[in-house]
Amino acid sequence: MSATGTTIAPTPRRPGRLSRFWQLNGAGYLFVLPSLIFFTIFIFIPLGWSFVLSFQEFGFRGSTFIGLDNYVGLLNDPIFRQSAVNTVIFSVFTVAVWVLVSMALATLIHPLPQRVRTFFRAAYYLPAVTSAVFIALVWKWVLNANPWGLANYGLSLFGLGPVGFISDPSPFLGANVALWSVILSSVLTIPAVGVVLYSAALSAIPQELYEAAESEGAGAFAKFRYVTVPLLKPVTLYVTVIYTIAAFEVFERVYVMTGGGPGYATHTIVYLIWRTGFRFSEYGLASAQAFILFMVIATISVLQFRALRSDVEY
Amino acid sequence: MATARGAEDRLTPEPRPQTTIPLLPEEMPVPTTAAAGRSGRRQPRRERLITLAVLIPVAVIALFPFYWMVTTALTPRAAAIRVPPTILPLDATLANFQSLFAQAPVLLWAFNSLLIATAIMVGHIIFDSMAGYAFARKRFRGKGILFTMIVSSLMIPVHVTLVPRFILINEMGLNNNLLGVIAPSIADVFGIFLMRQFMQSLPTELEEAARVDGANEWQVFWRIVMPLSRPAVATVAIFSFVGAWNAFLWPLIVLSDRSLLTLPVGVALLQQEFSSNIGLQMAGAVIGAVPMILLFLVFQRHFLEGVRVGALKG
Repeated sequence: MSATGTTIAPTPRRPGRLSRFWQLNGAGYLFVLPSLIFFTIFIFIPLGWSFVLSFQEFGFRGSTFIGLDNYVGLLNDPIFRQSAVNTVIFSVFTVAVWVLVSMALATLIHPLPQRVRTFFRAAYYLPAVTSAVFIALVWKWVLNANPWGLANYGLSLFGLGPVGFISDPSPFLGANVALWSVILSSVLTIPAVGVVLYSAALSAIPQELYEAAESEGAGAFAKFRYVTVPLLKPVTLYVTVIYTIAAFEVFERVYVMTGGGPGYATHTIVYLIWRTGFRFSEYGLASAQAFILFMVIATISVLQFRALRSDVEY
Repeated sequence: MATARGAEDRLTPEPRPQTTIPLLPEEMPVPTTAAAGRSGRRQPRRERLITLAVLIPVAVIALFPFYWMVTTALTPRAAAIRVPPTILPLDATLANFQSLFAQAPVLLWAFNSLLIATAIMVGHIIFDSMAGYAFARKRFRGKGILFTMIVSSLMIPVHVTLVPRFILINEMGLNNNLLGVIAPSIADVFGIFLMRQFMQSLPTELEEAARVDGANEWQVFWRIVMPLSRPAVATVAIFSFVGAWNAFLWPLIVLSDRSLLTLPVGVALLQQEFSSNIGLQMAGAVIGAVPMILLFLVFQRHFLEGVRVGALKG
């Protein structure tokens, strides 16, 4: 069949089933082989290994098996709890705003002439091609507690402040000032991927549906509410899932803006995993933390798919 | 699905036909009435003004971090901590850049970033395409299971595999080595998926003709299929390059010598080393961000298309 098949096939002395199998399948295997080796070494083996590690304590004399101690310890650990709560608060607000904003922006951009559309989409996309490190560094500078910090200068014009945006751990609206400042900086980052996805979906909605709605007397808002939103449901589902995962895995922003502080005020799960694993070399504990994150993300994704799954057809 | 070849075959089961054709030119009219969308219609003047009154401020928010980054980088050190803040860089100076180059190996960081991003990009181009080709064109036992395995690895958060991966890299002697950053990213799911999608839509005649002319499997792939897949390869290349350039967590874990850092890790280090010199930090951020912004402006179409195609994973 194939040239490679004949050159690599076993010697003609044993033209058995193996050689025929290889002739039929060999080329396919050879083409996937590099990727397969890669995925095995760097994803599948580490996944299982990490699971094993999460039941061990990593010490100077090697690892010891400690059963569920890592997991039990984490559930009673106030730092882990605070990190989990922070992550949830961060995710709920960030995802809600990102999904709503990306849907609204795409809807507003859609009817514009093509050149204008391209301009706005490019402007909104720029932060997405820039490392979060650089953007977070700017927000840290804008939100610094000194009177020359841009945010505090703005407040001073109204006779307010100064506020220690990212250095103040005092309670505020159910969380703390520093965490809200990190959330604010995320919310102000335009959700570019969502805008692009919603735009693509909008151009797939048949014009006739809007005409039908108009003929029944629907205004702009009614058309949006009863035609656009339901038809965008599959995209809303996808965008919600990817943004939830991204928000649960927030790291750079916290690392750069607050270093998890003050105290543990802005610790998130991934920040904690990084500190546990690579600052304190507690490999077992870090693996247990990561597995809890994995389970939580998987559960939420499944629930979101259940809740938002739709059978929209048009 | 696995055996479907022609574009028509693939289109039928998809809910949103127009987005399943990979790599349509931006805004290309799609040959169905459904695709006309609302964009053809003229918008009333008042509606348009309201739209722009929302979109323009949002664009200002999106671009603000870049403006403030550049302004601060160009402001003399003493003027940066003055009240009121310097909103317009009227007495712009390159002094911050000069002191940055004098005090930190920024060029080396840029070189490291370039090297890592290029190596990962080349890896993705070769290995992702090979696997994508096998999944699109070859028949082999276990193909469905392998493809499912690879795609489902998307659901594994990278943080779960961090610790074992670090132990592995350490054992390989690649800790604190650029190769340790490159190796675990040499192939990826997104690229495999995108290449498979694109190659499935290619006609098979050229490949068959080449086989008749005696080309071997590798020649068919490299000389016939790859050149035909140029648009998909470009998208994979750009996404890999930008992703690798902006990566933070893994390089932060693996690299420790000051001379081996990448730009994001190096710039994050600057804020610890020169915490009181904001102009210098912002100069570093500008150097890290500008190359990707230029790349985006040149290859905009590929970015937006890649996001859309990537969405089909979900």
